Amino acid sequence: MTTTVTPTPATTSSRRGTGLFRRGKANDAGGGQGAASPLARSVVWFICFLWIVPIIGTVITSFRPEEDANTNGWWNVFSDPNFTFENFSQAWSKSGLGDAFVNSFAIALPATLIPIMVAAFAAYAFAFMRFPFRDTLFFLIVSLLVVPNYVAFVPLLQLYGKFNMVGTFPAVWLAHIGFGMSLAIYILRNFMSTLPKEVIESAKIDGASHFVTFWRLIVPMSVPALASFAIFQFLWVWNDLLTALVFIGPGDNQPITIAVSQLIGQQQQGWQLVTAGGLISMIVPVIVFLSLQRFFVRGLTAGSVKG
Amino acid sequence: MVTKIISAILTVLAGIGGAFVLYWLLNKLSELLPGKWQDRIKPFLYILPALAVLGLYLVYPAYQTIVFSFANKDSTAWVGWKNYGDLLSSSDFHNTLFNTFLWILVVPAVTIIFGLIIAVLADRLGSRSEKTAKTIIFLPIAISAVGAGTVWRFIYDARPAGEPQVGLQNAIVTKLGFDPVNWLQLSDFRVNSFLLMVILLWAQVGFAMVLLSAAIKGVPSDTLEAARVDGANERQIFGRVVVPQIRTTIITVFVTVTIGVMKIFDIVYVMTNGDFNTNVVGNQFFNELFTNFNNGYAAAIVVLLMVAIIPLMVYQVRQFRAEEATR
Repeated sequence: MTTTVTPTPATTSSRRGTGLFRRGKANDAGGGQGAASPLARSVVWFICFLWIVPIIGTVITSFRPEEDANTNGWWNVFSDPNFTFENFSQAWSKSGLGDAFVNSFAIALPATLIPIMVAAFAAYAFAFMRFPFRDTLFFLIVSLLVVPNYVAFVPLLQLYGKFNMVGTFPAVWLAHIGFGMSLAIYILRNFMSTLPKEVIESAKIDGASHFVTFWRLIVPMSVPALASFAIFQFLWVWNDLLTALVFIGPGDNQPITIAVSQLIGQQQQGWQLVTAGGLISMIVPVIVFLSLQRFFVRGLTAGSVKG
Repeated sequence: MVTKIISAILTVLAGIGGAFVLYWLLNKLSELLPGKWQDRIKPFLYILPALAVLGLYLVYPAYQTIVFSFANKDSTAWVGWKNYGDLLSSSDFHNTLFNTFLWILVVPAVTIIFGLIIAVLADRLGSRSEKTAKTIIFLPIAISAVGAGTVWRFIYDARPAGEPQVGLQNAIVTKLGFDPVNWLQLSDFRVNSFLLMVILLWAQVGFAMVLLSAAIKGVPSDTLEAARVDGANERQIFGRVVVPQIRTTIITVFVTVTIGVMKIFDIVYVMTNGDFNTNVVGNQFFNELFTNFNNGYAAAIVVLLMVAIIPLMVYQVRQFRAEEATR
């Protein structure tokens, strides 16, 4: 996806149009405002307003006392401000979101790091080693991108049942490792094949084994690709509800997505808890997203073929 | 809590450490072999774990699912095509298909239109405003469907008439003097399904916007200028110059969103669990599996879904390969 992964920033282009397209950026070099019409400007900010209002409502409600949150709308805080941190501490400890939060990390970290390691080794072999059926095998792996992960649920549930694995962390790790593998190998092998071959050759001449070359040279050089896949996979796993529901289900090992969906199901828990819980579940992905947006976009683009 | 954290850290370390040790062992094993054999075997040892998980988690299940779709609810006896026949003749499933079809019809198209509008308009703002606006629109992509569910309950919530409304939509409706509406239960004209689609749009338009915006910025300036010199107006430039040049991106985004919509599960599960006529294929699959414990139906639904998705995915993978090739 050349056109989308590495867009040419319009702001650096020296040729400027004077019409609608590119007109706005013409005077950016001077640090000035864009020349958007007031109409365009207000439309954009109006859409942004619509987009952010639901989130604002959630944030405000999560800080409102139980009584207020459940009897009138969040916009009433503007006339009657009344805030508390009680909801967060209650959601965290009493509703078990704290445990679920820890579980989410316990699920998402290995489900991100293990497939990267497995895929990186395979990608290394596909990019730098010669062996029979190499291209055929690689093509088969890429073709597996077309299989939707829904197929895995029924058979694996039965298989896990036989080994008493249902409800354990490794049950979900392995599932996410399997679901993310094709994409990871594909991205990493394509990235690695652009690395200079001479580096690997000279390492070989210096007597470095493949194992050493891999860890000392290839992994450090592949950091951009590793990072973009890692962020994509981490957010995917953290936000996943279906795989977790199928293989872990509600209980001691439930991740935050299940815990919050349980909270939503029990309406008597009240709005203030549901919103606090929802925000606790969002905080990690939003931080990851805001701080690593650039990598994330790249991973997302590549991830558009995930099955 | 502390024990929980410690045990979680230990599990994580065991998992990642285990994977590392596996490769170290595989490598050590191959080094025991004489030089020539070592070179032959090593590549296969490096790709073996990857092939193993792919085989176990995609190839075997795909095969097994097809097999199960011809068996009864606990996979103990063959029933032939009965599962497919039952599903395709049940009015519940017709409803589910109809809803899913509505989602497929509405969501991808609207996502593209909104994404394009925002991408074009934001492109005209100053670069700092553009960045802020885009971050706001893009932000919901980081939020899980469960999170989105908590957020959107505040828009759709309904209280009996006379009580103060907590949901924004009903607050507006009652302010205007009408009775509050129970939005998520309002299945006339599938209003509730459309309201659920709004949530997905909220979550996905940012994705479309980012990709489309990057593509629009990639359109060469000279083609725009040439059109201007020839006297084209802005609308013509957009329709005849910009859109044709970003066609590939539009199609890619369209297909990606379509595949996502076909598999939509969590928004419906969290908001209505498919009640009030809002069921979709993903949710029905889940309920066949975990509420009705019917493996046969669940497997048959997945096979139907797979058959529907494969052409799109094949297109997508080919597209992806073609573009990678030109990189």
